[in-house]
Amino acid sequence: MSQPPIAPSSAPVAWWFFLTSSCIKLLLIPTYHSTDFEVHRHWLALTHSLPLHQWYTDITSEWTLDYPPFFAYFEFLLSYPASFLDSTIVDLRDGLWYSAPSVLLFQRFSVIISDLVLLTGVWIFVRKQTTLSKKKLVLLFVLWSPSLLIVDHVHFQYNGFLLGWLLVSMGFMVQGRDLIGGFVFACLICFKHLFAVAAPVYFVYIFRHYCCGYGVWRGMKRFLVMGFAVGVVFASAFGPFLYHGQMSQVLKRLFPFGRGLCHAYWAPNFWVFYIILDKILAFILKKLQFNIQEPTASFTRGLVGDSPTFTVLPQVSPAISLAMVILTMLPCLVQAWRFPRQRHFIRWVCYAYSCGFLFGWHVHEKASLHFVIPLGIIAIDSFQDAKHYFFLSIVSCYSMFPLLFEPKEYPIKVILLAIHSILMWSGLTSLFLKISPNSVHRKPRLGKNQEDRLIGWIGGCYLLSLLAVEIWGQFLHAYIFGDMLPFFPLMLVSLYCAIGMIYSWAWQLRVILKSTDTLISKKRKKFI
Amino acid sequence: MVVSSTTTTVTVVSLFAVLLRVLVSLGPYSGESTPPKYGDYEAQRHWMEITLHVPPSQWYRNSTHNDLSYWGLDYPPLTAYQSYAHGLLFLNSSVPESVALHSSRGYESPKSKLLMRSTVLSSDLLIFFPSALYFVYAYRLHVSSVNGNNAAIGWQLAMILLNPCLILIDHGHFQYNSISLGLTIGAVAAILSRHEIVGSVLFSLALNHKQMSAYFAPAFLGYLLGKCLRRKHPIFEICKLGFAVLGTFAVIWFPYLHSLEAFSEASVLSRLAPFERGIYEDYVASFWCISSIIIKWKNLFSVQSLKIISFSTTILSFLPSMVHQIGAPSDMGFIYSLLNCSFSFYFFSYQVHEKSILLPLLPASLLALEEPFAFSWLVHYGMLSMYPLLCRDNLILQYVTLLLFFVLIYSSLDGSGPVMKRDFFSIRKALMALSLICSMSLHLVYLVVQPPKKYPFLFEALIMILCFSQFLIMVIHTNIKQWRLETPSRISKSRKNI
Repeated sequence: MSQPPIAPSSAPVAWWFFLTSSCIKLLLIPTYHSTDFEVHRHWLALTHSLPLHQWYTDITSEWTLDYPPFFAYFEFLLSYPASFLDSTIVDLRDGLWYSAPSVLLFQRFSVIISDLVLLTGVWIFVRKQTTLSKKKLVLLFVLWSPSLLIVDHVHFQYNGFLLGWLLVSMGFMVQGRDLIGGFVFACLICFKHLFAVAAPVYFVYIFRHYCCGYGVWRGMKRFLVMGFAVGVVFASAFGPFLYHGQMSQVLKRLFPFGRGLCHAYWAPNFWVFYIILDKILAFILKKLQFNIQEPTASFTRGLVGDSPTFTVLPQVSPAISLAMVILTMLPCLVQAWRFPRQRHFIRWVCYAYSCGFLFGWHVHEKASLHFVIPLGIIAIDSFQDAKHYFFLSIVSCYSMFPLLFEPKEYPIKVILLAIHSILMWSGLTSLFLKISPNSVHRKPRLGKNQEDRLIGWIGGCYLLSLLAVEIWGQFLHAYIFGDMLPFFPLMLVSLYCAIGMIYSWAWQLRVILKSTDTLISKKRKKFI
Repeated sequence: MVVSSTTTTVTVVSLFAVLLRVLVSLGPYSGESTPPKYGDYEAQRHWMEITLHVPPSQWYRNSTHNDLSYWGLDYPPLTAYQSYAHGLLFLNSSVPESVALHSSRGYESPKSKLLMRSTVLSSDLLIFFPSALYFVYAYRLHVSSVNGNNAAIGWQLAMILLNPCLILIDHGHFQYNSISLGLTIGAVAAILSRHEIVGSVLFSLALNHKQMSAYFAPAFLGYLLGKCLRRKHPIFEICKLGFAVLGTFAVIWFPYLHSLEAFSEASVLSRLAPFERGIYEDYVASFWCISSIIIKWKNLFSVQSLKIISFSTTILSFLPSMVHQIGAPSDMGFIYSLLNCSFSFYFFSYQVHEKSILLPLLPASLLALEEPFAFSWLVHYGMLSMYPLLCRDNLILQYVTLLLFFVLIYSSLDGSGPVMKRDFFSIRKALMALSLICSMSLHLVYLVVQPPKKYPFLFEALIMILCFSQFLIMVIHTNIKQWRLETPSRISKSRKNI
């Protein structure tokens, strides 16, 4: 099937995907009232009723403001239409756990509409795709992402909005417009500082790609221009708080290291293995009659509290965690330094977020969105990417299942993931394995060896076992153990998903390391 | 692992249909926390309570345990059996207090809501979905002259499964229309696949689930009669089908057959045909309701004569379509005839609800590939005709969203599907735009503006007049279309020429 050379218009198809997903989002409005919903409502009230210098000091609710100032400004803007609609929403005290239809509709609609930023972000990439099927796949990966639907539109957060900024920034970077790309990224950090994990990649890349290679003076000038742009963003975000002398208070709120190494529900990352190894060692040593001190604090503290202590293994401090993130990120920084190429940029940023996710301090399971969504943009570039993305997006979405724990939402998350997996499967197979729409038979050459399948047998077994983990957690566990070990199914989910996440991280690392070889060999070929 | 792309399409469409149903079921239902009468949800729950605790012979009779004035059972026995099964399997096993005799009236809890919703969803999945798939399969094999491609199959299935009216009434408002409608689709598909006995049995089951399925009876009768008359032994063929129908009826009515007393009181039959409720109830886009704005039928005639008038006008209006099928039965003509007959019942029969629009919409959805535009038009005005009802149920959000989703899916079939003729400035187009504007503004006005005190139902009346006019145009169009259809012999001739 040959596609016409002119790229088909992508606006209608992009809007189609956006509107259909909006329909699903609208129907998700009556789902459960999560704590994050109340957190954001409280922030509306906080920014509306208090003067700026009290935003980061207020303790009316336990849900204190812990996002950077731009997000606070965003809530401040939203609070005006909210107060117009119903003044109780923005009432600091009367509004606590307010759950009238007005606040429900207002907040849900604010997320649905703010997803227009995500549409803008993905639009930049979709425009460039040459074939309609590729456009559709990218839109499917980003706009129809079940994880985003679960986290933003059921659980309630503004990840679509924030990832939109990230995609816009990446879009500019990939087009070679580094200045505006860096500017947008700085804005993003001022919306949510967790995105700063990729800042080293941005810094190294911009320095090498934007500043170097123009001679010393022009390079210096460019460096200063970029520094000025970023400085303006940070000044407008933190300036007012600096003026009130509150920087330390703001930073304390933004980086609450008092919270444990792991979130209430363990994100499927490296530390899961560490904790479990510690537990196993403690168990064995106890059996061997060693005298061991039981830890006092549990690992599952969500709120500010004491850091947990390990029984056998060395304690982990935020500094160690940070060092591990930087250390694991080094390969891609070196690559960005040596070969600052546009086409690898998204990959590096995603890898940086993966490192942050795997080794970071107090990581939420939702943070895997930071690299899964952008990876969707490059998933159609090669068959290897497609294979990896198919695997990763299913694991990442499944790891968010525990967020929706009420029975009425159970079928929703399962069906969303099932639809997404089937569409991904059929879309990617027909894109790369050339199945013509009406024929069942594939070309005989393909399918015989491992490399030509969307998922190998190990990966296939792993994904199918997710089903077993789910059945265990939902039915068998309660059946066999009754009320004993209630946390065990959740532990199993994060442990099992952590394996997939580590695999994905290792795969990304391998691709990044390998990409040099091809570059060098290409260069050598040119020389020859 | 090679998955055929048709399977993929069908699976994805079905999963989407399930997803939408689950999502709509999160919303409110009719009569949610509105004592003392509640709504259809309470009616269904009450039937579960009655069928569980009262012996079958007493189901339709007033007694100390069964107060018929409080949501008495007024559907045929298959509905009662279904209530019994749902009550036993779903509610009684986990929340027995929700179906306890007497004490459970008005019982509402999140858990029982979830269970009640899952009874609808499961019956939908068990009956409507397989029937729709069977129909799409049979349609592709026997009816469609153009060999539909993969996208067209998915689109047709989506049109049947994603029909917003059906989803809203069953999973929002709370009813079990998907059972009787699913059985009807199954019957149509079986008849198209030449399994006429299976088809007759399935349609008898549909009749025994909701007596409203009789809207389709003339079409079935006409088509099957026409077919049988063309065979070698017409009388034998007719007898075969007659026995299948009678047998099904006998099995279902078994508990009521052996006691003649039950029939002598005619308690069941009188429950099923509640003539005392008037020729129309709320505002509905039927001929009687619309014309009563000018002619006060209820004052002019007695109930008895109104019965006869409505009965004869209904027969007169479906007669042309039925006669056509007896004379020249064809598969496409059969589906058109289903549409035309059901509409004539909707317009002229006695005691029509606004929800009855679901019946004509079913054959319209079966015709989606043939008449894409007419179908979308009917869905739009069918939705509008139920708008006041759904507003009362607080389902406006679901209403708007499902309509938008339907439009998006409808427009997704590019190329092979609905392509509007690009005739600008035509009168037809201007009229269509005008009626669309009217509909949009009525949606808004109904929601925002308080009606004048003198005419509290002014907007309802306006909505129904608009819907009636659109339905009428559509019915005239489809009746003409049915008569102009090529007969099978002509098709084969024209194919030979090619």
